[in-house]
Amino acid sequence: MIIELGHFAIILALAMSCCLAVLPTLGVYLQNPVLLRSGGSLAAGMFVFTLVSFICLTLGFVNDDFSIAYVARNSNDALPVYYKISAVWGAHEGSFLLWCLVMSSWTLAVSQFSQQLNDDMRARVLAVLGSLSIGFFLFLIFTSNPFERTLPFFPAQGADLNPLLQDFGLIVHPPLLYVGYVGLSVPFAFAIASLTSGQLDAAWARWSRPWTNIAWAFLTVGITLGSWWAYYELGWGGWWFWDAVENASFMPWLLATALVHSLAATEKRGVFRSWTVLLAISAFSFSLLGAFLVRSGVLTSVHAFAVDPERGVFILYYLVIVIGGSLLLYGLRVGEMRVSVGFGWKSRESFILANNLILTVAVVTVLLGTIYPLMYEWFMSGQKISVGPPYFNIVFVPLMLPLMALMALSSFSRWRKTAFRVLLRDQPLRLLISLGMTIFCCLLASTWNLWFLFVSLLCFWLIVNLLADARYRVGSHWLAGLLKQTPSYYGMWMAHIGIALSALGIVTTVILSEEIDVLMAPGDQQQMSGYEITFRGVTRVKGPNYSADRGAIEIRRQGELVEMLYPEKRLYVPSQNVMTEADISVNLWRDVYVALGESIGNQAWSVRVHIKPLVRWIWLGGVLIALGGFTTVLDRRYRNRKVIRARQPEPDPALHLSAG
Amino acid sequence: MKTHRRNQLLLVLVLIVGAGSTLALVLQALNENINLFYSPAQVMAGEAPINKRIRAGGMVLMDSVQRPDNSLRVKFLIGDLKSAQFPVVFEGILPDLFREGQGVVAEGRLDQAGVFVADEVLAKHDENYMPPEVAQVMASDKVSNLP
Repeated sequence: MIIELGHFAIILALAMSCCLAVLPTLGVYLQNPVLLRSGGSLAAGMFVFTLVSFICLTLGFVNDDFSIAYVARNSNDALPVYYKISAVWGAHEGSFLLWCLVMSSWTLAVSQFSQQLNDDMRARVLAVLGSLSIGFFLFLIFTSNPFERTLPFFPAQGADLNPLLQDFGLIVHPPLLYVGYVGLSVPFAFAIASLTSGQLDAAWARWSRPWTNIAWAFLTVGITLGSWWAYYELGWGGWWFWDAVENASFMPWLLATALVHSLAATEKRGVFRSWTVLLAISAFSFSLLGAFLVRSGVLTSVHAFAVDPERGVFILYYLVIVIGGSLLLYGLRVGEMRVSVGFGWKSRESFILANNLILTVAVVTVLLGTIYPLMYEWFMSGQKISVGPPYFNIVFVPLMLPLMALMALSSFSRWRKTAFRVLLRDQPLRLLISLGMTIFCCLLASTWNLWFLFVSLLCFWLIVNLLADARYRVGSHWLAGLLKQTPSYYGMWMAHIGIALSALGIVTTVILSEEIDVLMAPGDQQQMSGYEITFRGVTRVKGPNYSADRGAIEIRRQGELVEMLYPEKRLYVPSQNVMTEADISVNLWRDVYVALGESIGNQAWSVRVHIKPLVRWIWLGGVLIALGGFTTVLDRRYRNRKVIRARQPEPDPALHLSAG
Repeated sequence: MKTHRRNQLLLVLVLIVGAGSTLALVLQALNENINLFYSPAQVMAGEAPINKRIRAGGMVLMDSVQRPDNSLRVKFLIGDLKSAQFPVVFEGILPDLFREGQGVVAEGRLDQAGVFVADEVLAKHDENYMPPEVAQVMASDKVSNLP
């Protein structure tokens, strides 16, 4: 009964989304105030019904209702209850229901926290979000219904959740990633709403900035978590594979990064207006393209969901309508957006332009590498190829290095124009300090690898510049100076430091990691990077739904015990799947990563041992970047809106422009 | 106004040079890093290039996996549903889902003797998923087996 209720609720949510797409739009054209303001309650209704259906499916999992086909495929009564709940989004159908829930949550949030918008604009934005939701709900109901029953002959036991997904990482990674992916629909909706209303001033940049920053920050967390999860769960010790699905989340992130910057320029200076609108459209289009690549099975990927051509076709139509429609609208309106705001080539605007240029080129190269196999297959009569990670490394890394150099220099840039004197003041000294730090690190790591040298130099230069800029802004009264800085500045500062730390982590891990696969019998010892690694044999252990061979591996440094590690080889009983569970000795400076391969007789095992210096910094940097994104939203400029509204009952959007 | 013009010209020049060199770099990198996929029948027929990085895939044949003791070196045969097959050697740790009778894709080079020296072996990710290349190899076999 409960599951039928869920099915019914999702159909009601679809009906709500149709109303949300139509009624506020009618309100705009008929100038009917009731219809114009109907968006808020319709968004609330859509959210509530989606939530109800999500809860119904969750109850199906918790109660082990194997008459539901989706539950039977992805759960088992031996599964711990927290994995039963996370199994809701463990496969295609349920994860898309989560996607819809996230979509309706964003819509609700926009309707609740956009009081500063005038009714017309708010109605248009909500109508765009409603129209996007229609497509998502239709897709869910007609191609990926998680509420289907297999009556009357349903299995007595479920097939179990994929063991790789029985992990903390899966509980949190998809929801956060989706919040980011789907959140990009908000700046998209703002862009489309301003295009349709013809209100193409910089006001829309002010409105969509906090939303974009939040969505971008969530996407950052999602990608960071995904990388961390792949590292410890897949048992290969890699943290990024340039896999099609990773790229699918990385491309919207790169575009959203560009958007975060160009929105700042559009809001502050009124420049790049049409470009920013185009970026907002592209960022969301790429998040849809990502969904298409992941869910249609057109690409070979370790992440790909089970293949179903019907779904691919549906998303493809949806993509064509959304992207084609919005680009058409853009083309019709772009002529009205000509502005003549000038800026010098040493200005902050130029730095942002360069940032956008590099990031866009980066997206194009990643896209090319990702879909090249598809194009090759179409044009070369079915010949299958894959594009290896070396392609991405060769193309992507050289693009990121100038970006970091620009980032370092841009700390001292000012809007409109910056004198060379300001931009390059003390740069020789700072470069010298960074060089000193780099040489110190090289001596410490005893390597003179040029990549390591060059990238660390860039990172230190960036950090030194950010510190110097902060020092300069704070002034002599440090407490008063710190309090004086805006959250926007703190956010920017943190995110850029995060980039530097991540890049340091990446270059150190890539260049200085030591990785071996080795055959070890009990008592065997292996020397690596000053560590003695001793294999102490394997014992049998039992978990709730698996049995495992658990290895005991001793990590010593100069005879001193660092840590005992217990990597496991698990056999999940319900699905008969084998899985490697790595064990890691963690600290800020290095990871010792061990994983069991397979038993090779005489109690000997193949063992994978990696020593990865600074690998934690990659994710630490990612978390800092995301924190930076969240911090900017605390800025008073966005909070004070309500106060202004209270004093001015009918705010004119033009006033908001001057109010900042 | 004049400096404005000059700056615009400069910008356009930078853009063209930048875009051109990026494009050249990208295409060069793409061409060097695409790995063509070959089926067992193609490998047997000698269509796969020797000593060039390629991908090849099919099913791990039953009872073909051999592992000489005290080494990580493993040998097995990859084949299709008919009789085409080729030997593979790999040194390292095989993925968890590697099993006899299952679809795999190997990446590496074919040596002079026709042995595929793999540096990476990819097995399917879950029970419902088969690498599309392998699925196609299997599907075409079924069709061609019909009378």
